[in-house]
Amino acid sequence: MFAIGPLGFAAPWLLLPLIALPILWILLRAVPPAPIRRRFPGVALILGLRDDEAEADKTPWWLLLIRTLAVAAMIIGFAGPVLNPEDRVEGSGPLLIVVDGSWADARDWPQRLEKAEALVADSGVQGRPVALIRLTDAPEAVEFQTAETWASRVAGLQPQPWAPADFAAWAGVLPEGAFDSVWISDGLAAKGREDLVTALQAHGSLLVVETKKPVIALHPPRFEDGKVIVAVSRLPATEASSVTVQAMGPDPAGIERVLGQTLVNFGLGEARAEAALDLPPEVRNRITRFEIVPVRTAGAVSLSDDSLKRRKIALIRMGPDQEGLQLLSPLHYLRQALVPVAEIIEGNLIDSLRANPDVVVLADVAELTKAEEDATLEWVKKGGLLLRFAGPDLAASDISRTTEDPLMPVRLREGGRSVGGTMSWGEPKGLAPFPEGSPFYGLLSPDDVVVSEQVLAQPDADLAERTIAALEDGTPLMTRKAIGGGQVVLVHVTANAEWSSLPLSGLFVQMLERLAVSTKPEQPEAEDLAGQVWTPQVTLDAYGHAADAGEMPGVAGEALAKAVDTGPTRDLRPGLYAGADRRVALNVTGAKAELLPIDWPASVPVETLEGRVAQVLKGLFLTAGMLFLLLDVLAALWLAGRLRGLLRGAAVVLALGLFAGPERGMAQDTTVALPDDARALEATTAVVLAYVLTGDPRVDDLSRAGLLGLSDTLWQRTSVEPMMPIGVDVETDELAFYPFLYWPVINGAKQPSDAAYAKLNQYLRTGGMILFDTRDADVAGFGGETAEAKALQMIASGLDIPALEPLPADHVLTRTFYLLQDFPGRHLGGAVWVEAAPQAAEKADEGMPFRNLNDGVSPVVIGGNDWASAWAVDEYGGPLMPIGRGGAGDRQREIALRFGVNLIMYVLTGNYKSDQVHVPALLERLGQ
Amino acid sequence: MLTPDLRTRAEALGQSLPPLLAEAEMLASTVMLGEHGRRRAGMGDEFWQYRPAHAGDSARMIDWRRSARSDAHFVREREWQAAQSVTIWVDQGRSMGFSGAKGREPKVDRARLLALALAVLLLRGGERVGLAGLAQPRSGRTQLLRLASRLVGEGAADDYAAPETEGMVAHGRGVFLSDFLGDLQGIEAGLARAADRGVKGILIQILDPSEEEFPFDGRTIFESMGRSLSHETKEAGNLRTRYLARLAERKNRLAGLARAVGWHFSTHHTGSPAQSALLWAYRALEGGR
Repeated sequence: MFAIGPLGFAAPWLLLPLIALPILWILLRAVPPAPIRRRFPGVALILGLRDDEAEADKTPWWLLLIRTLAVAAMIIGFAGPVLNPEDRVEGSGPLLIVVDGSWADARDWPQRLEKAEALVADSGVQGRPVALIRLTDAPEAVEFQTAETWASRVAGLQPQPWAPADFAAWAGVLPEGAFDSVWISDGLAAKGREDLVTALQAHGSLLVVETKKPVIALHPPRFEDGKVIVAVSRLPATEASSVTVQAMGPDPAGIERVLGQTLVNFGLGEARAEAALDLPPEVRNRITRFEIVPVRTAGAVSLSDDSLKRRKIALIRMGPDQEGLQLLSPLHYLRQALVPVAEIIEGNLIDSLRANPDVVVLADVAELTKAEEDATLEWVKKGGLLLRFAGPDLAASDISRTTEDPLMPVRLREGGRSVGGTMSWGEPKGLAPFPEGSPFYGLLSPDDVVVSEQVLAQPDADLAERTIAALEDGTPLMTRKAIGGGQVVLVHVTANAEWSSLPLSGLFVQMLERLAVSTKPEQPEAEDLAGQVWTPQVTLDAYGHAADAGEMPGVAGEALAKAVDTGPTRDLRPGLYAGADRRVALNVTGAKAELLPIDWPASVPVETLEGRVAQVLKGLFLTAGMLFLLLDVLAALWLAGRLRGLLRGAAVVLALGLFAGPERGMAQDTTVALPDDARALEATTAVVLAYVLTGDPRVDDLSRAGLLGLSDTLWQRTSVEPMMPIGVDVETDELAFYPFLYWPVINGAKQPSDAAYAKLNQYLRTGGMILFDTRDADVAGFGGETAEAKALQMIASGLDIPALEPLPADHVLTRTFYLLQDFPGRHLGGAVWVEAAPQAAEKADEGMPFRNLNDGVSPVVIGGNDWASAWAVDEYGGPLMPIGRGGAGDRQREIALRFGVNLIMYVLTGNYKSDQVHVPALLERLGQ
Repeated sequence: MLTPDLRTRAEALGQSLPPLLAEAEMLASTVMLGEHGRRRAGMGDEFWQYRPAHAGDSARMIDWRRSARSDAHFVREREWQAAQSVTIWVDQGRSMGFSGAKGREPKVDRARLLALALAVLLLRGGERVGLAGLAQPRSGRTQLLRLASRLVGEGAADDYAAPETEGMVAHGRGVFLSDFLGDLQGIEAGLARAADRGVKGILIQILDPSEEEFPFDGRTIFESMGRSLSHETKEAGNLRTRYLARLAERKNRLAGLARAVGWHFSTHHTGSPAQSALLWAYRALEGGR
């Protein structure tokens, strides 16, 4: 294949026309773009105007460039360019493809599979017999077959969740005769790999294919100081990076969730890094697995077994129960502290020990029987934690007085001591800071924890090292002694609040936490597992997906212990194994596992998977060519001045397609902005009339002046004393402050947004009133529909407006303050519409001037009389707009103001005036 | 005998006339302004003012009722109401057939609409309205139909038409509706002829928005509507500022001309509603004296 650098061409002779490009350049340059003919009457005005540039009749150089590039891209595209043309594995004779098929392969299995398929396909083309072996399978005889037979089998191949091991066995079953081999390796060193390398090289050439993608593995987590420590290894250890480790588990509802996550940071060149995950015990107990996201291999998943689960704690209280004295019970505080995090066993000591608890708490228990003592001692030696609390019984007994009791950490002095009591000197003592090395190191001791009574330790030689917590004056508060694998801890005060306030503080819980957590061995010991049959419950596949193990046979404890140490194998798949009383996790990556690169012999050529992928660039070049042509079309259109309309159309499409969506989304997100406090104060300290801002400054000014005039009139004539009117924007401002909105409707008014409609409807429903003024009563009313009326219809379409009727003569609006029958503004005689009265109240009562309508206030009043103009005053309080002619005009203005007064009264007092019809009846009832 | 051509034209007219009339009536109805007063004392029915009686006023003229309320004598004057002759000229040149965008009416349609609406208003106010060179000024409802039918007649073949003053009544009112893009000489001459007869009036320049914006780019050959004029440019966008300057200058000249002979000048765009132009025209005609 003809190649220039990394670029090869399938049909290089097709590149010849590139020579013709300069000719094309010259040809194109000579042809200017065609003019567009336009009819335009204004031509009379442009006659005689000269063009500035004379160059435009030649094709501009950039247009030429676009066209030339388009042609060049086409020519190159048809010549079939290939980036990194693949050097096929040439040769004859059979080809053996070796894949590891391990969990580490899962990280980029599709690429590996693709490579294997490509090799099989190549062999098919070259007519070579081929065979493929997966090293994680059990070794079996290899037979070379035709590529067709293999092609279908290769496609279904999957990696396995363990590492290959039987290299020597595979070397033994290789077929006779000469053949070439390609080993697609996972890059992890394993014992015995070189055996197979040697065997393969003995048969013919060997090519190794690796990938550059790093392998990341998660070690089983462990506890330290109450935190979960996760450790992550990687290969290769190159530059600094970080991975996220997540703890997964069911939430209280049983749904699998991320319960916690932490970032593990690798330094430069570090192969292993750790991070702490601080989780509350309740959450920690629920964790089922840790995993590295987003790596999907079994090695990046660590199942958690019982080592994270709830501990069993036995609470032992000897002697008779004192019923009814809950708070005095030595066990009460312990129970409160431990129930959320641990499983509590209560009963007698021997029975409790049979349940194999992790911790036994003896609260003020002095003497144990021989049998109890022996059993306890044996249990402690196996790793148990015996936690003893002092108390009156212990202080009074002779235990550990002269010789150290095996189940006591220290010898005790007779009687104990009491400080700060009524019969003693001194103050109750606080806690000293916890020394380094103490299990409580790092906990803060609160000031209010004081000890007033305690048992005292004899000052023996090893007292200092056994003390893990002390009082301010140095007297030990807690002492500890190791016995075999376990330990005994003595708290020198009671477990209730009798001797100290320690059990009342949060510190008590934390101390118990620290003590109890460190009791559990991190990994099950081999002997713990031996002798039992462990049944798999959950298995992992190579991608780290957990699945129910189904009917898989159980395994022997010894084998499991070995696998936990060295990693899973074909017979012992990774997963959870259940024994008699616990579950053990077998993870792909053990605690001590290390990721090491393979050291291939120098004679083996190693290539990487990524760099060798041939990329056919034909499509890319042809697409580029087409794009250039499209660009050329647009450019030519632009030059000819025909792009404008096209752009407009495109802009419309863009606006519809792109902006409609986000805007809707924003509308949903938009929350009602908190109103400006100053504005809210202004609007609420007194009655304020408000008008809706229309966007037309002239109309807005007029509305303001109109409401100012109305406010002045109200101030002068009525007890309503409004402040300066306020303009509100229905889109952004809070409406709830205003009892009344004047809304002049103008031609071309914008429709409010959905959010604004919601606000307006809420306003109308909660007692607000809007006066819509179309200001067109002079021209409306001839049956024609004015633009303002249309705008009003549009605005009102989204409003929750009841049925309307022309203001009836007996409407309460006609008599709330003045008696009115006309409602003029600048115009006279336009109809005013209000909410229709209910049908039932159609008839007026006999002898009554009004119908009995005392329910509801119309949320809207609609008219077109341009009231604002009639109300409007200038800054000196004089009328702003001329109304009517002469004295009749003044009268009209006066009536308009009276209508305004009536309206505001109606808004503020509702149907109060309507209720006046009941006055005769009320007076009669009062006995007049 | 009806030739087929005449018949189709007649049918087209029959179709276009009622809508045009209806539209004009509709437009006129939006500016119903009440009685059509002359804002000065004179013969009429409407009360205009009381003025103190002075020497020469006959005793009959004194309004005794008013005079009784004070010591002086007052004369009750009525508002002068007199019919005027208004002659409207609508440019029927081919340049008026231009429309800058799809869906926008040609300028001539707007001009006809304005003319007819104005006629409706004026006729309603009792004036006599005529079309320059097409119809003598007359009053009455039937005149409206006549005007309408004359207005929808075939346009001139010329690209740009000069104002027609034939039929203008001396000391009457004139209304010229055109784009005034043609030769300025013709316009000047027409205006001068009208002014010579003592005619006052208004010029309404009707332009398409694209004539105001010149939204063209690229290599373009501009042609007048009748193709009598053409101009080729390599880059139309470069002409924009100079074209706009010339247009502004043209408007200035027209305004100046109008001012010189006591006429009013306004520009109206087909992209905006006709109502404002009609209002302006009506006011300008009223205030013209």
